[in-house]
Amino acid sequence: MKLKGISLYRKRSMLGFFFIGPWLIGFLFLYLTPLIQSVKFSFTKLEIQPEGYSLLSVGWENFRNAVFVDANFNRILTSSVWEMILSVPMILFFSLFSATLLNQKFRGRTLTRAIFFLPVILASNAIEAAEKSGLINLIGSASYLEEMQGATSSYNVTSIVYTLLDIGIPLTFADYIVTAILSIYSIITSSGVQILIFLAALQSVPNTMYEVAKMEGATAYESFWKITFPMISPLILTNIIYTVIDSFSGSPITTLIYSTAFTSQNFGLSAAMSWIYTIVVAGFLAIIGVVLAKRIHYN
Amino acid sequence: MGKEIAEARYYRKKREQQKLFDLLYVIFRSLLIIGISFIIIYPIIQKIAVAFKDKADIYNPTIYMIPVNFTWENLTMAMSILDYFPMLGKTLVFVVVTTLFTAASCALAGYGFARFNFPGNRILFGVVIITILVPTTTLMLPYYLHFKNFDFLGIIGLFNGKSGVNLINTYWPSIITSATAIGLKAGLFIYIFRQFFKGLPKEIEEAAFIDGAGGIQTFFRIMLPNAIPPMITVVLFCFVWQYNDTFYTTLFMSGMELMSLKVATLPSQADQFIPVLMGYSHSSGFKADPNHVAMVVDTGILLAILPLLALYLVVQRYFVESIERSGIVG
Repeated sequence: MKLKGISLYRKRSMLGFFFIGPWLIGFLFLYLTPLIQSVKFSFTKLEIQPEGYSLLSVGWENFRNAVFVDANFNRILTSSVWEMILSVPMILFFSLFSATLLNQKFRGRTLTRAIFFLPVILASNAIEAAEKSGLINLIGSASYLEEMQGATSSYNVTSIVYTLLDIGIPLTFADYIVTAILSIYSIITSSGVQILIFLAALQSVPNTMYEVAKMEGATAYESFWKITFPMISPLILTNIIYTVIDSFSGSPITTLIYSTAFTSQNFGLSAAMSWIYTIVVAGFLAIIGVVLAKRIHYN
Repeated sequence: MGKEIAEARYYRKKREQQKLFDLLYVIFRSLLIIGISFIIIYPIIQKIAVAFKDKADIYNPTIYMIPVNFTWENLTMAMSILDYFPMLGKTLVFVVVTTLFTAASCALAGYGFARFNFPGNRILFGVVIITILVPTTTLMLPYYLHFKNFDFLGIIGLFNGKSGVNLINTYWPSIITSATAIGLKAGLFIYIFRQFFKGLPKEIEEAAFIDGAGGIQTFFRIMLPNAIPPMITVVLFCFVWQYNDTFYTTLFMSGMELMSLKVATLPSQADQFIPVLMGYSHSSGFKADPNHVAMVVDTGILLAILPLLALYLVVQRYFVESIERSGIVG
């Protein structure tokens, strides 16, 4: 190869391709190709044969089956998305709150931080599955387990609901608070990474800003809303996206898509389901992005 | 004169109020922190307590946490059901190899995106972000078929004349995806590395270039040694997520002995093997006490998270610091 004829600029950009090379190969052959295949599968009936597989085009039938025929898909999709919509604000609020707490100076802060980040290490679908089926094993049936969990928790709940209603909080909002209280354990265990991101964001806010605000007579409350909040607002969007994506991994809809493909061997339907799910989530993220983009302060 | 005294009294009162308020705040904060920490730690403590509890203590209502009869039986049973040490060894080899490949390929890609103006840089980086956003569920089926008949550009077909090799139930699918920076959450790692390299001063590379170092040499001798903070973050996250992952492992390696798979199926396994371990034959129809099974399952879960806890105790100090400096914040 004649290197003399190539300008320094060209050489540098060739080097860039060297660095992203592994990723580029992986992307083209292990991401883009499967992605296109997946679109193709969703419009076909796929049958596994000893030598590879055969495809039979069926048009939109898989999508129609997923939405109108399949007994579980609609129900699980709505409940998964609904659960995600409910849990995202709770996780966000809790992680921001914990991050501000962990950013303050107090004795034993290192230990506290270590404990708060433990869920990052221990969050595992495998362990969750084992614990759940262990409980089912113990009690005898899955439906009875659900009933029992409902029964043990309902005692506290009614009293909380009544107090909240007495204060004058609307019923839907009271319901939301109660849900948050009941799922406090899962909120805490699924907000480890979010706390880390917020904590890093809080530490990047220059201290001089707070000093100026204090001199001008701002209270801690004011300086939180006027300085901290705008400064970390880009990371709120990052955290929302992370939380939404994180909720995919263990959601029932993923299990349904997996079992449709590998247990009932209905590959086309499974591909169609996963695309409907992807489009719903993408729409959801797009709405959040558009709504928040204008309110975010970039410095 | 009188005015000054009144003013002094006013300020003293204000200061005392402030002190009281601060004290109340400290108490409130401590209670909150202790409460949340308790919620996080409680399941672990409970599992440790259960691990040493004897069968005889199950129905003793006076016991809270600390068992009366200590025993190693639960531990040995869980270990033999899980096939613990050989399986842990295999899992660790697998996780370490994939982590190293992921960290290497993502560091290269991150540096490439941060520092080179090749055509299409911005578009390709946008594509990286999209790979983070698209749920992997969409790719599940093509992945499976792809690795079932793996054939890179038809090269393997040229040699043995068949349609490809079956890589399902080997380590290869995960190794290939991690070496090409497409595996588990690799997009996120590329993003972390890119943000960090973008934050480093350009003068470092210019100095290296003037001293006669080529682009590749600059990366390995100068940029990489500076990238310790994002490296720790990525390696730790990648290690832990690989160790706990059930998505790729059930898809590619459902027949292999890996920690996450073993733990997920532990309850049914325990149900089956505990009678055998207790000396009853399969045909005797003896069923183990469900409470006893639950105890062994809990012990097994504890055994599964033990290596992660040990790792975390060693690195957690660097971990928090490295997150602060790794430039996730941009």
